[in-house]
Amino acid sequence: MTYPWAPSANNRDREEMLRRIGVRDPMDLYRDVPREVTLKEPPSVGFGRMLSEWELRRIIDEKLSRNKYFADPPPFLGGGICFHYVPAVIDAIISRSEFYTAYTPYQPEINQGLLQAFFEYQSLMADLLEMDVVNVSMYDWSTAAAEALLAAMRVTRRRKLLVSSNINPEHMEVIRTWLIGKNVKIEEVGFEKESGKIDINEVEKKIDNETAAIYVETPNFFGVLEENLEAIADKAHEHGALFVVGIEPLSLGIVKPPGRYGADIVVGDAQPLGIGLNYGGPLLGIFATKWDRKLVRQMPGRLIGLTRTIDGTEQGFVMILQTREQHIRREKATSNITSNEALLAVAAAAYLSLLGGRGIRELAKTIWIRSHYTAKRLNEIGVKAPLFDAEFFKEFVARFPKPYREIHRRLLAKGIMGGLDLRDKPPLRDEYSALFCVTEAHSKKDIDRLVEAIGELM
Amino acid sequence: MTVLRRGWRQAKWPEPLIYDIGGPQRSGYIIPFREEDDVIRESLGTTPESELAKRGLLREEMPNIPGASEVEVTRHFTRLSQMSYGVDVGPVPLGSCTMKYNPKINEVLTRDPRIAFLHPYQDEETVQGLLEMLYELEKWLAELTGMDRCSLQVPAGAAGELAGALMIRKYFIDKRENRDEMLIPDSAHGTNPASAAMAGFRVIRIPSTEHGTVDLDAIKAVLSAKTAGIMLTNPNTLGIFEDRILEVAEILHENGSLLYYDGANLNGIMGIVRPGDMGFDIVHLNLHKTFSAPHGGGGPGAGVVCAKGELVDYLPRPLIGKKNGKYYWDYKCERCIGRIRAYYGNIIPLVKAYLYIAALGGKGLRETAIQSVINTNYFIALMRDVKGYELPYDPDRPRKHEVVFSAKPLAHDTGVTALDVAKALLDRGLHAPTIYFPLIVEEALMIEFTESEPRREIERYAEVLKEIAETAYRDPNSVKSSPRNTSVGRLDDVYANHPKSVTPTYRVLLRRMHGEQLVL
Repeated sequence: MTYPWAPSANNRDREEMLRRIGVRDPMDLYRDVPREVTLKEPPSVGFGRMLSEWELRRIIDEKLSRNKYFADPPPFLGGGICFHYVPAVIDAIISRSEFYTAYTPYQPEINQGLLQAFFEYQSLMADLLEMDVVNVSMYDWSTAAAEALLAAMRVTRRRKLLVSSNINPEHMEVIRTWLIGKNVKIEEVGFEKESGKIDINEVEKKIDNETAAIYVETPNFFGVLEENLEAIADKAHEHGALFVVGIEPLSLGIVKPPGRYGADIVVGDAQPLGIGLNYGGPLLGIFATKWDRKLVRQMPGRLIGLTRTIDGTEQGFVMILQTREQHIRREKATSNITSNEALLAVAAAAYLSLLGGRGIRELAKTIWIRSHYTAKRLNEIGVKAPLFDAEFFKEFVARFPKPYREIHRRLLAKGIMGGLDLRDKPPLRDEYSALFCVTEAHSKKDIDRLVEAIGELM
Repeated sequence: MTVLRRGWRQAKWPEPLIYDIGGPQRSGYIIPFREEDDVIRESLGTTPESELAKRGLLREEMPNIPGASEVEVTRHFTRLSQMSYGVDVGPVPLGSCTMKYNPKINEVLTRDPRIAFLHPYQDEETVQGLLEMLYELEKWLAELTGMDRCSLQVPAGAAGELAGALMIRKYFIDKRENRDEMLIPDSAHGTNPASAAMAGFRVIRIPSTEHGTVDLDAIKAVLSAKTAGIMLTNPNTLGIFEDRILEVAEILHENGSLLYYDGANLNGIMGIVRPGDMGFDIVHLNLHKTFSAPHGGGGPGAGVVCAKGELVDYLPRPLIGKKNGKYYWDYKCERCIGRIRAYYGNIIPLVKAYLYIAALGGKGLRETAIQSVINTNYFIALMRDVKGYELPYDPDRPRKHEVVFSAKPLAHDTGVTALDVAKALLDRGLHAPTIYFPLIVEEALMIEFTESEPRREIERYAEVLKEIAETAYRDPNSVKSSPRNTSVGRLDDVYANHPKSVTPTYRVLLRRMHGEQLVL
């Protein structure tokens, strides 16, 4: 038997290596493993034997044939991540094996290219957000939000958090999980029933001098763009709290960036920037701060910085501020992150530099126009869309005159993956409502087809 | 006639920043169906700009993001890739980080649109094939670890540690026991204490014995009604198997405390011994390490967290279920810690782990572990008596997945440190090992070849380490001036981190160039 990925296994090399080591049986190298727990047989995993590559392909092909993907039309599902088109060049770049088979660049001199790409991601993202410092990624939006709130607690040394109740419910769950071990009070701030926006009166009522941070997402779970963000920032700062904002990055092609309304920490997901759906993972968590010593020192994750060679003749890139990290600070570290989503940061850097400022602006406008067109058309056939009286981007809630579940089922039978049923999704929990997502990947024909199909079911 | 072996040189491009290549007005991307937008816009009778401006939401200035043509973008990043080093270029024997070769078939299969185009909220009936794979993966991982169930939601090993620590936290909160201390050996990965602290535990450091294993007497001395558990990896970071692990488990369990297994070092023992059989209650695995999903320069990886007995109830939800031949996500959560991240986990690396296990089967995985251990011990045999290096802690005892040498004699005799040795390795076209870890070994060189490295490559690594030491004894400065053959010479960490020069983004660079005094 040959082991394709273990070149010395089971051949003469192995015997010679064992001879040099001075053991006859490789199991002698396990002589310190207690005999009573040593397995007698190989574990029963896989398909009972080694598979050739062709056999593997056929087994997987059979499984994949039981998946159904939607491209004609693309899914109208959102809920935090949406179907966007990923240009082929992005895949080509991150398929360079020098990139994808690299480890964390602990030896910067031999990984300058990777480090420069990371630095460019940090820089491009900083310019999109108008924030000064961006790390080279978190796992996803939800974990970035949780880490932002933990960082805020360290910076302010306070133990109360205000979180807008209209954020993505999965993010809310993750935040609650990550804070189990901390003695912290999480208070939700309600939203206005008409507009779907955070209730600013409630912010004023709940914020106090114990508050570490207030967390708001824009667009929020309903796709609604929050307003009054400057006022919320002021409120937070008046009380010595931090203002943490979650964003959808493509919206910033036309929507005012968080750096302009006083955000201290910005989080989000860069999935719209050249990253596939992949059934929800991996994603690319954004984490950014403004230029503030305390914030940057409490920032989780990896940071890359510009530097020069010791002899001062050339420019280069290295990991910076590593004294914050777990391998040096151990239990006093800013977070436990080691692996992140670095390769996807390269994808996002390539995507942003392919589009440029103008391209991102055009794309954001396109998405705005198409999602608004979809809402308008649905409205014309008797669906209340958008449900909320507010500006929205990419996603919107539509309320149907009858429970959505059945409509969704029948759309699916027609080959259309409709919106997200909100019957059991907080904060709305309404069986008549669904969250729809429309992007640049949806043509007018796709949208018209959706609307017509819904019209027939109404 | 002898064949001349030319020295190794890494590619070096005078590659500017993307900001110096593109411009904000340029774009290499055509928006799909863009001609239709005019028709749509007309039917809307308004523009995004005017609607957003009305509410004060409009971004008036275009983002300062340089755009470039597809050709320029491709060339830029291709050149950058050529100035990078991954395991497809040569060995990356970073101990504790497990850099295996990543099978190419996994890349091909996971790019299939029947995975890549799936939305996490699409109806379960439309993803049965994928769910079946994940279901089987969970079964296999439970079998390999000796645990009852696994949650696949964990995006990385460290997140698995956090999940595990939170499970322990919640378990004792539910039992109304005030246990807030976590025992962690001084040789542990830095993630362990960081994760424990994030979960709200006070970290109690346990020293290692002169044999490089955890000190049982030290554990007994600190054990109390406050002890929630211990976080251990076995084999430990010295590559040494904790041979008294069953005693450790007994002592902890008798005290009502739990054992957490850090699976980062599973590679040398999988299929030989299982954490569950050693007495561990919770396990995390780094799937990207042991099961060969590439690291991508830092990620994406994938973790899982597995548990047995009562602790299964605390695993992050949802778990994958099967009823009447159909797979589904089971959100039932009475005592669980909740979600550790949004959606279901890092599906692509999870599928790669599935493919790896499927391709090798139980016997193949076992052979893989055995070969990785043979590789380590073969390297030790080659390094025996090489002047300048020593093997601390019971040098005659077999190591498992990795070995930690010390360059202390070399540093003492010549002033050439582990860092210098690392840079000299780069000059010879070899990636350096992990250095200065674990903290209990001075001038540590932590080396892990895995099963991927052929015998010849291991021999070459040992030869080069010997040659570097010999050069150091002869001419230490020539070693200290490495690297010279990499795309750039040795970099200035002090300048990079200095409050007055630290530059994490182009935006900060511009602000500095415009005369702003930015101090961090």
